Amino acid sequence: MPEPARIVPSLDGLSRAFWTGGSRGELMLSHCQACQYWIHPPKPLCPRCHERDLRWEPTSGVATLFSYTVNFKAWNPKVPVPYVLGIVELPEQAGLRLTTNIVNCSVDDIEIGMRLRVNFEQHGEVFVPLFEPAASVERLRTESAG
Amino acid sequence: MEKFESRVIVSGVGLSETGRGLDRTGLDLALDAALAAIGDAGLGPGDIDGIASLPFGDRPPEELIDALGLQIDWLGAPSSGAQLGVIISAAMAIAAGLCRHVLIYRSVQRLGGLLGSASGTLPAPEGPWEWHVPFHEYSAVNLCAMQARRHMHQYGTTKEQLGWVAMTCRRHAALNDKAVIRSPLSMRDYLDAPMISDPLGRLDCDLPIDAAVGLVLSSSAFVADCPNPPVRIEAVGCANHGPTGWETRLDFPTMAARDAAAQMWSRTDLGPADVDVAEVYDGFTILTLSWLEALGFCAEGEAGPFVDGGARIQLGGELPLNTYGGQLSAGRLHGLWLFHEAVLQLRGDAGARQVPGASVAITSAGGISKCGCVLLTR
Ligand SMILES: [Zn+2]
Repeated sequence: MPEPARIVPSLDGLSRAFWTGGSRGELMLSHCQACQYWIHPPKPLCPRCHERDLRWEPTSGVATLFSYTVNFKAWNPKVPVPYVLGIVELPEQAGLRLTTNIVNCSVDDIEIGMRLRVNFEQHGEVFVPLFEPAASVERLRTESAG
Repeated sequence: MEKFESRVIVSGVGLSETGRGLDRTGLDLALDAALAAIGDAGLGPGDIDGIASLPFGDRPPEELIDALGLQIDWLGAPSSGAQLGVIISAAMAIAAGLCRHVLIYRSVQRLGGLLGSASGTLPAPEGPWEWHVPFHEYSAVNLCAMQARRHMHQYGTTKEQLGWVAMTCRRHAALNDKAVIRSPLSMRDYLDAPMISDPLGRLDCDLPIDAAVGLVLSSSAFVADCPNPPVRIEAVGCANHGPTGWETRLDFPTMAARDAAAQMWSRTDLGPADVDVAEVYDGFTILTLSWLEALGFCAEGEAGPFVDGGARIQLGGELPLNTYGGQLSAGRLHGLWLFHEAVLQLRGDAGARQVPGASVAITSAGGISKCGCVLLTR
């Protein structure tokens, strides 16, 4: 299947580590060293304690599906529809959410609360973090092991 | 409490020709609405000393100032309170004595989606778009669809309950000859409409139109000379709580509407039970449900059952909703047509769709982290 046309961000800003961590398979987020708060989207300081001692650290790369939508309208003619947009919540912190696409999953199997894991899609230097069912990965591993 | 709101009245309202594919410029339509509103207030362009409008696709105030030869002391823009922020800031400017008669207007020409996405040639996304565009999220409908999906998951809200908002608006639009779509809408029609972003279909989205609306706010010193029954601003509320990224608000799908409503109710002795007519933002049907909860007409999560069957929210019901057809059927003017209708209802000028004896009306606009509401009385 051809790779969908993605409009990717520039890597000049604060978020470079987020968009490039996928080269090592890591979902990187900014983490406050003073109060341990995970910060997304990234900022020059921690919005909770206002300290500037922040470090990019890998997260577990797993998430649960908080909400989703199946988009049918072709806003961008280069992107085939339908596709699934999701808001996923990471276990590292309550309310730590990102918007992403849910991939490698039939629309009928998608449900809020399902367990997901990150799956990066490479566009040059940019690795876009998409999410797929954690179960499908486990099943594939089992199959290849068998 | 001495409130700034009591120093201001709504003195005039006006609406341009409305339609889809009108062969007229936005400025031309804005001038129609402006002159209608100024004339309705019993004023002439020379009396207007303040002007305010919304950004995003609008004709800038400078064009109206030049075309009408206005001498403007106060030039405003929405500060706080989402789309109703133009009204709130104009009222504050009048109360502060910076101007006496403010023209507020909105003109649109069928806007929709993220500008440029249709050609697939968007530049690298910046600001908050960086967290949406790389995932093919180009429109607010996608986020509101995820809000609706989450509302359904948490509270059991159904697609049909969203449909009752759309059907009720259409029923009311049939009584308004300025409404752009007036044909009957059944639940079958609603459910069969093309899906845009599941669970929101085309009939859950407001209607892009060509039109302009004008309002005139005046100092309360003008009451004796105002040719219309003066409509009073009882209380305003605005809130910009929570992160700008909508999905990162901790209590999503709850919106800052709850915070705006709390401020508004804290500035008046009136309460939800006193409201005779509700003109509540319906950019998407889910936003209307969320506003009904936020404004206290029902408990959090109860808006689905509240609108179910339409009996409560139709003309003749306990809370007639979007009596001119709303943005869903009359057309999208980003909150200001809702306000225009509330004024007509309080004056008793709403014709076939008049709520008998309406004396308290509520208006609201915005969603998620930017919300505003205004309570009006006569
Ligand atoms: Zn911190």
